[in-house]
Amino acid sequence: MAVDEKLKIELGKQGVLVTTLQELYNWGRRSSVWPMNFGLACCAIEMIATTMARYDIARFGAEVFRPSPRQADMMIISGTVTKKMAPQVVRLYNQMGEPRYVIAMGACAISGGPFKQGYNVLKGIDRYIPVDVHIPGCPPRPEALLEAFITLQKKIDAQPLTGEGRPRFLDAEAPGEFPVPDQGQHDLEPPSNRSVWPVPITLGNRE
Amino acid sequence: MKTVEEIKAAIEAAVPGAGVEIVPNPGPSAQHSLLLKPERAVEVAKFLRDDPELALDHLSNVTGVDWLDKEITEKVKVTRTVTKTVDGVEQPIEETVEETRKRVEPGYLEVVYHLFSVAKKHGPVVLRMRTGNRSDQVELPSMTRVWRSAEFQEREIFDLYGVVFKGHPDLRRILMWEGFKDHPMRKDYVEPDDFEYEPTAHDEVLRRAQAHRALEAAAAGKGAAQ
Amino acid sequence: MSSSPSGLELGAQAHGLEGRMVADPESGGELLEVAMGPHHPSTHGVFRMDVTLDGERIVRLKPVFGYLHRNHEKLGEGQTYLASIPYTDRLDYICSLTNNWAYALAVEKLAGQEVPERAEYLRVIVGELTRVQNHALSVGFLIQDMGASGTPLMYGFKEREKILDLFESLTGSRMMCNYMRFGGVRVDATEEWLNQARKVVAGLPKFADEFEALLVTNEILMARTQGVGILPPKLAISAGVTGPLLRASGVNYDLRKVDHYSIYDRFDFKVPLGDHWDVYDRFMIRLLELRQSIRILEQALKDIPAGPVMDPKARIRNFRPKAGEAYGRIEAPKGELGFYLISDGGPNPYRYRVRPPSFMNLTILEDMCLGQNVADVVLILGSVDIVLGEVDR
Repeated sequence: MAVDEKLKIELGKQGVLVTTLQELYNWGRRSSVWPMNFGLACCAIEMIATTMARYDIARFGAEVFRPSPRQADMMIISGTVTKKMAPQVVRLYNQMGEPRYVIAMGACAISGGPFKQGYNVLKGIDRYIPVDVHIPGCPPRPEALLEAFITLQKKIDAQPLTGEGRPRFLDAEAPGEFPVPDQGQHDLEPPSNRSVWPVPITLGNRE
Repeated sequence: MKTVEEIKAAIEAAVPGAGVEIVPNPGPSAQHSLLLKPERAVEVAKFLRDDPELALDHLSNVTGVDWLDKEITEKVKVTRTVTKTVDGVEQPIEETVEETRKRVEPGYLEVVYHLFSVAKKHGPVVLRMRTGNRSDQVELPSMTRVWRSAEFQEREIFDLYGVVFKGHPDLRRILMWEGFKDHPMRKDYVEPDDFEYEPTAHDEVLRRAQAHRALEAAAAGKGAAQ
Repeated sequence: MSSSPSGLELGAQAHGLEGRMVADPESGGELLEVAMGPHHPSTHGVFRMDVTLDGERIVRLKPVFGYLHRNHEKLGEGQTYLASIPYTDRLDYICSLTNNWAYALAVEKLAGQEVPERAEYLRVIVGELTRVQNHALSVGFLIQDMGASGTPLMYGFKEREKILDLFESLTGSRMMCNYMRFGGVRVDATEEWLNQARKVVAGLPKFADEFEALLVTNEILMARTQGVGILPPKLAISAGVTGPLLRASGVNYDLRKVDHYSIYDRFDFKVPLGDHWDVYDRFMIRLLELRQSIRILEQALKDIPAGPVMDPKARIRNFRPKAGEAYGRIEAPKGELGFYLISDGGPNPYRYRVRPPSFMNLTILEDMCLGQNVADVVLILGSVDIVLGEVDR
């Protein structure tokens, strides 16, 4: 149930705080998203720069970098995911507790980026795990990572607690574990998880 | 520093029957190299390291190069005897014909070593070794016993090129995972086809994505027919 | 082994290490095998070490590579010489400019090209700025691994941001500068940029003073690093170790002095050497080299001449060097960075090989760690100063 916005402001002037449970809950969730201390490649350096004095991600409540996936809420895929690393990335994601979010930072994490044609490069981490925010750039500037983080906060804010579109951890039906790909003789098996990643239709591959 | 010719002479004086050849480098860098026989290579390497004048104690760079089989097409004039009927009588006649012949020069894998001297501060001296072919005679002696720095680089060449180094203490794949079958740096390596979705306008990538879709469509058609 | 986990195993699990016990055939006791990485906060990326422990002591350590193997060399063979320059940025992604430089130098050797004087000066200036920020960062990360969470690293990053601002205004990018070309550099520096650079360089000695005051005589740092991870010079040379790691072992081998490349002969600077061969020496060598780089920068920014920054005869597009090969190397902040190129006369190199210093410096990681405690491995690895983009390529 939403509160009338004008009434809320009026009451606020009188010193009365009115809110909904959903707003309060989401405010709490979005203000303490702890990222995992997980650097993959070049973008990791910009990720570290974002935590340092100049950009200071602490302003958004996300300065507590946790080395263990068990204690982290957000995974920043900061760099190229190779086929040798991909099973580990999926495994780490499986080990994170809900609620969990993924930011794909940089061109490599989105699509393989400049290394797309490499034989050992995964062409986008969203082939195996669901991604919440993509940031382009090679590497994205720290400001871009902050923007991605704010986008994620907005996304959390807008999530209803019940019904359609509720977060995964409130939905008993939602998948909790994602299959870890095997390293085969020539390539990863399977090459993608089609339930997470149906091949998108673009102008290029429409029949 | 000594020239390549002088180094070759020094090696041949110290290791009799070493059979070193000079591979000239036509480019402006003029870094000529010495081609070693694999059988005597370790002895030569030890000499180069321990010789007080050369003192090549720093093996900087080890790398593989893949040279594919070369098909050489050449025109050869051939004289042959043909039996022809001239004036109703069969008689042998010699005639000259131009023939196109194809000859396959077998390819090989090459390992290149760049040596420097920390003690004397000179270099580089470039050594090369070649395998017999690209499939079954791919053994070369390992230099890890002479220079420790060859350890990981030779493993890398084993992984990416498939050269087997005899005498290497720990020859395993280093960059690709265990169980991977191919040698991806070889020129004829076929990459796995995982170009399902390509929003880029890069020609090469787009071509591969189209090829992938064609394959998938063909497979789907076959499935429907059954 | 009994079915209930031992105390050691529980401890390993509590620290996020997956371990298993194996029987030690010699002593009859049990050894613990631990996989450190590829996801480990102190491995500087996705590096893994398979460590075998006897209690706290290390009896075996095997590094495992390839988690960031991005097929740099294969891609380099499939594209033109020019197209490889942005890829070299991503090798050692902290020092993109020195990577550019090594590649440009190798191509210049391959094609026999000259570089104008002003371009050489600009290369030295950006190269030494890169060295300053790399050393500030690597020391910061080393202390971070030691447990000083935050502060020293923040000092390093504060100074790095100033240098990155210079790079950005000169080249257009903070990290991936893509600045050098064979035959010169891409754009000229304006007078304002040079003045700005002079201002930043004038502030560097103060930063070095602060940094040294904070760290050098710190008791915990000395207790943790002195006498740890000893690397004897003979082994270092044989293992192809280069850069600050080699000089900390007391070997005087700096390519800026040895190869006389570029215009380094014109500058007055010293090569600091270590005499205890341990982690503390490596840490000190980096701080001292940082001071020497500031000296070079001061001289270069004073003497920089006017003139063109590209060789007018150099061809950038449609570049086809004559058949041949060349090996070019420079003293990158982490050691000897070399490029080996074979040309067959075509537009793409036939063979494109990177000789990465961090990869080679890891050859002796096991030798340095044997007999040390498991907590020291993190320090020894930090003192090697690796970047995975370069190790795995």
